[in-house]
Amino acid sequence: MGQTFAQKILARKAGLEEVEPGQIVTVQPDKLLTHDNTAAIAKIFREIGVERVARPEINVIVLDHVVPAATEGHATNHQQIRRFVEEQGITHFYDVGEGICHQVLPEKGHALPGYLIVGSDSHTPTHGAFGAFAAGIGRTEAASVMATGEIWLMVPHSFRVVVKGGLPKGVYSKDIVLYIIGDLGADGADYRSVEFAGPVVEEMSIASRMVLCNMAAEMGAKAGVVEPDEKTRSWLTGRTSADFQEVFADPDATYERVIEYDVTELDPQVARPHTVDNMVPITEVAGIRIDQAFIGTCTNGRLEDFRVAARILRGRRIAPNTRLLILPASREVLLAALADGIIADLVTAGAVVLNPGCGPCLGAHQGVMAPGEVTLSTANRNFKGRMGCKEAEIYLASPAAVAASALTGEIADPREFL
Amino acid sequence: MWKTVHTGRVWKYGDDINTDVIYPGKYTYTDLPPEEMAEHALEDLDPEFASNVRPGDIIVAGRNFGCGSSREQAVTCLKHAGVGALVAKSFARIYFRNAINQGLPIIQSDAVEGVESGEEITVDFSVGKVSTPRGDYSFPPLSEFVMGILEDGGLIPHVRRKLGID
Repeated sequence: MGQTFAQKILARKAGLEEVEPGQIVTVQPDKLLTHDNTAAIAKIFREIGVERVARPEINVIVLDHVVPAATEGHATNHQQIRRFVEEQGITHFYDVGEGICHQVLPEKGHALPGYLIVGSDSHTPTHGAFGAFAAGIGRTEAASVMATGEIWLMVPHSFRVVVKGGLPKGVYSKDIVLYIIGDLGADGADYRSVEFAGPVVEEMSIASRMVLCNMAAEMGAKAGVVEPDEKTRSWLTGRTSADFQEVFADPDATYERVIEYDVTELDPQVARPHTVDNMVPITEVAGIRIDQAFIGTCTNGRLEDFRVAARILRGRRIAPNTRLLILPASREVLLAALADGIIADLVTAGAVVLNPGCGPCLGAHQGVMAPGEVTLSTANRNFKGRMGCKEAEIYLASPAAVAASALTGEIADPREFL
Repeated sequence: MWKTVHTGRVWKYGDDINTDVIYPGKYTYTDLPPEEMAEHALEDLDPEFASNVRPGDIIVAGRNFGCGSSREQAVTCLKHAGVGALVAKSFARIYFRNAINQGLPIIQSDAVEGVESGEEITVDFSVGKVSTPRGDYSFPPLSEFVMGILEDGGLIPHVRRKLGID
């Protein structure tokens, strides 16, 4: 009987021949990702009553959520985390400025094919783009993983999402995944593992595959995955010396659903406030006035995202009374964008460049909105209050759409600017 | 202490109640004591909740309760506000895990169809049934493993017991 990617990887980690959906397994993750919430997790860890972290080598801690600290409270939180890191001898620690955890982990060789990664962040499925099984967990269970080195997981049912057709100009992986979320619903893949496959996915860059897996969280998925190939191997070259074993679904695996999408006729997509599945083609919302345009985050803060934005904005000037925020996902991305002249193009066009981190996405600092304002963002969430103000509205789209809209000051179809 | 039967007054909500409205992100990365977290519970959804909730009250909702961020405060704030159980048509995965790991009883049931805010319902784990003013709704039993965590009062006491600390 064929097994899905999730079944194979969880069976291997549990030391079993095979596992069935619904079965609970106790497994030892290869990596435990935590971020600014590490201090809170450390506090729970101490409540458990264990002195030392069970397997410090699996801990990867990235300060990214509110960096640099916005208030004394945030600064104290970071200070507590640095102390914990030192006290426990945790070597994989990335301080303020390195970038967003979901970009830093792969860059530093911690997200590898066949790995089981758990993280105290809901967008942990991003690492599925490297052929890992990566799931978000809560703080208490992160503390429990620190104490015991293991975790309970339920083997999920799986969807196979096959993307076919020719991707039209001005349409990107963000549009594809927004469309899929609109189709399946915000809970359409609740507790499922979603395997993204098909010729369009095979053609995609690693960065574009990361968008799919990142946004799997917004359809409720436990994990999203793209199986590794030559692109994955080449991307990882020079980033790790660790041993890893690639895992692939069996061709005769049993899926709860196999869903095919043909993207040949797909329009750029926009998620309207206040849910990610509130989807329309961009043509239906074009012309809506925006106050802020935001390109960045763990969804769309990579070199290819800024490259397309620069292509649209080069030699032009953003609309009056519109703010454009640029947030590179990591130091590596920022350096590459600087070297390419992309940052200069964007700043000349009127953009504000923020330091690598989560920035405005979660509303704690940098680019917080005022009542009645509208932001068009490349992030993954548009919930009420998400960017710090519950009387503000957030629309989600691709980097090209956000760049085009920054030029016009209203939601604009990027196909007219490419 | 684990109770098999929970009776409580209902706060009823709709579908897709996300963790940003249960516990706003702006409070997430400062270390607030649980009692203070409780004061912000459901702040952006129902401003009446935090000041009027009584111990043992039950939240009843539609589909996909707790979607969005993995922030565990979205469970902690409700638990410390006194909420005795959560009943929804479905829960977002991480939220469901967080509730179990904090020892807050969580039930997947369509009971939202049989009750209005302010009315009383009873959740009975021994028979897998939610009793509402307009009928009974059965729910599938939680696995033995998960019940073990709930009965121990959450993952922390569960791990302490497993590691032989208690």
